[in-house]
Amino acid sequence: MAEITSLQHAIEHLVHDGDFVALEGFTHLIPFAAGHEIIRQRKSGLTLVRMTPDLIYDQLIGAGCARKLIFSWGGNPGVGSLHRFRDAVEAGWPVQLEIEERSHADLANAYVAGASNLPFAVMRGYAGCDLPTHNLKIRTITCPFTGEQLAAVPAVRPDVTVIHAQKADRRCNVLLWGILGVQKEAVLAARRVIVTVEEIVDTLDDWPNACILPGWVIDAVCEVPRGATPSYAHGYYARDNYFYRAWDGISRSRESFVEWVERHIHEVATFSEYLSILDAESAKGTR
Amino acid sequence: MKDSLSQSTTVERMTIASSRLLRDGQVCFVGIGLPSTAANLARLTHAPNVVLIYESGPIGARPHVLPLSIGDGDLAETADTVVSTPEIFRYWLQGGRIDIGFLGAAQIDRFANINTTVIGKYSKPKIRLPGAGGAPEIAGSAKELLIILRQSPRAFVEKLDFVTSVGFGEGGDHRERLGLPGHGPRAVVTDLCIMEPEATTRELTVTWLYEGVSRDQVIAATGWPVRFAADVSVLGSATETELATLRDLQHRTNVAHGGMIGEAS
Repeated sequence: MAEITSLQHAIEHLVHDGDFVALEGFTHLIPFAAGHEIIRQRKSGLTLVRMTPDLIYDQLIGAGCARKLIFSWGGNPGVGSLHRFRDAVEAGWPVQLEIEERSHADLANAYVAGASNLPFAVMRGYAGCDLPTHNLKIRTITCPFTGEQLAAVPAVRPDVTVIHAQKADRRCNVLLWGILGVQKEAVLAARRVIVTVEEIVDTLDDWPNACILPGWVIDAVCEVPRGATPSYAHGYYARDNYFYRAWDGISRSRESFVEWVERHIHEVATFSEYLSILDAESAKGTR
Repeated sequence: MKDSLSQSTTVERMTIASSRLLRDGQVCFVGIGLPSTAANLARLTHAPNVVLIYESGPIGARPHVLPLSIGDGDLAETADTVVSTPEIFRYWLQGGRIDIGFLGAAQIDRFANINTTVIGKYSKPKIRLPGAGGAPEIAGSAKELLIILRQSPRAFVEKLDFVTSVGFGEGGDHRERLGLPGHGPRAVVTDLCIMEPEATTRELTVTWLYEGVSRDQVIAATGWPVRFAADVSVLGSATETELATLRDLQHRTNVAHGGMIGEAS
């Protein structure tokens, strides 16, 4: 049964060095506050999985938290490259990053397999593609009924999944809506689960078939308003497209990235302090 | 007609030309960037009933402005429904519901195989590109495929550094032998021409040129000895409606996103 805790406490007790960690959210509801807290607590040796590493994993990779990345599309959406990710792959900075590359359909299926307590997923894909040559975990399987050759890909079973959602009630039932991505599957595939939410309310006031994750599949719920910034929370705030563009400059050199992480993550105690700095920078027009 | 395709910018003319290839009522699985621009232009001009599906989950999206990311809130708010990402790939794409996939690429070869993964060796890349995303399965399972990219010898190469998504493999019936359910690329739209696969070899062949573009320009921008169809046509001019609609859409998008257009570099 989940507890309502601070994010600091949840990350400290539920994310361990060397863990296999998923911080999911498909463009929407990306759990940036949790990513910052992992960096602030200097967690290391993590194997990270995410369909789209996005800025959140660019930050974790550049900060040296990751040993390995499992992913399917590694760009800055609408802007270009993830420079910290590229530097880690191309030049081994700050550490050589091992990559396990898959496709979106593969990872989506792999989370479903994980949530379904299956060792692998079956899908129609990868025929003629070069990825299976480099990722030997992508195999083929013959359908016992038709003889068709299909792709078999290993399930994703994270030690910890972290997601951000709009609301939780006081019993820690979590409600999310809008673009849902693979969050439900990532939660149900994991051993431990942390959910940050925009707000904790008395009643979710939801409707039948709403995407609800019951409190008893979650370990910690943390109230972190604007915790998905610079991504967005449908019904709360919009995507900070300026930040996504600014990140291209911030992350381009190692020096400016390190300086940014020091000032915006290590020198603050909480995500809300970070947001105050961002707001001040916006007001001054310095970003 | 005051404006024509030759007076539009090269990006505008390739966007308009590819939008015309979408038919009204088709179900289109849309990639971000130019494919999304062209698909929405089609929706706002000749194909009001085109159904746009984005891999983030929106089905039947009618965005007011072009999305900057594949999961913008506007896509969700204007869609008929929003499903999870596993459902999009399992039920809708693999399930055979997609008439046409619409993709961009970094590199393409003569059999319309595309690379969006690496330039150079995979283990020691010169340039690490974003990777597969939804492209391999879109290229595999959509009933047909449109590809849009700028033409240059660096993009149109003799041999791909990496096959991310399969067009016609090694040509001929290779695609069928691979067991891919969709029929493969129908056309490749560039800033110089449109290429279509030849019926038996499946090699990309120039079938349309924009007004004012010479064969030599196409030859110079292609990394293999490019072939021309026996009958190469000249693309018709953009209508005022097409250009005005595209420019209005771009303008609204720029205002909404603070000067950022929805095209990844």
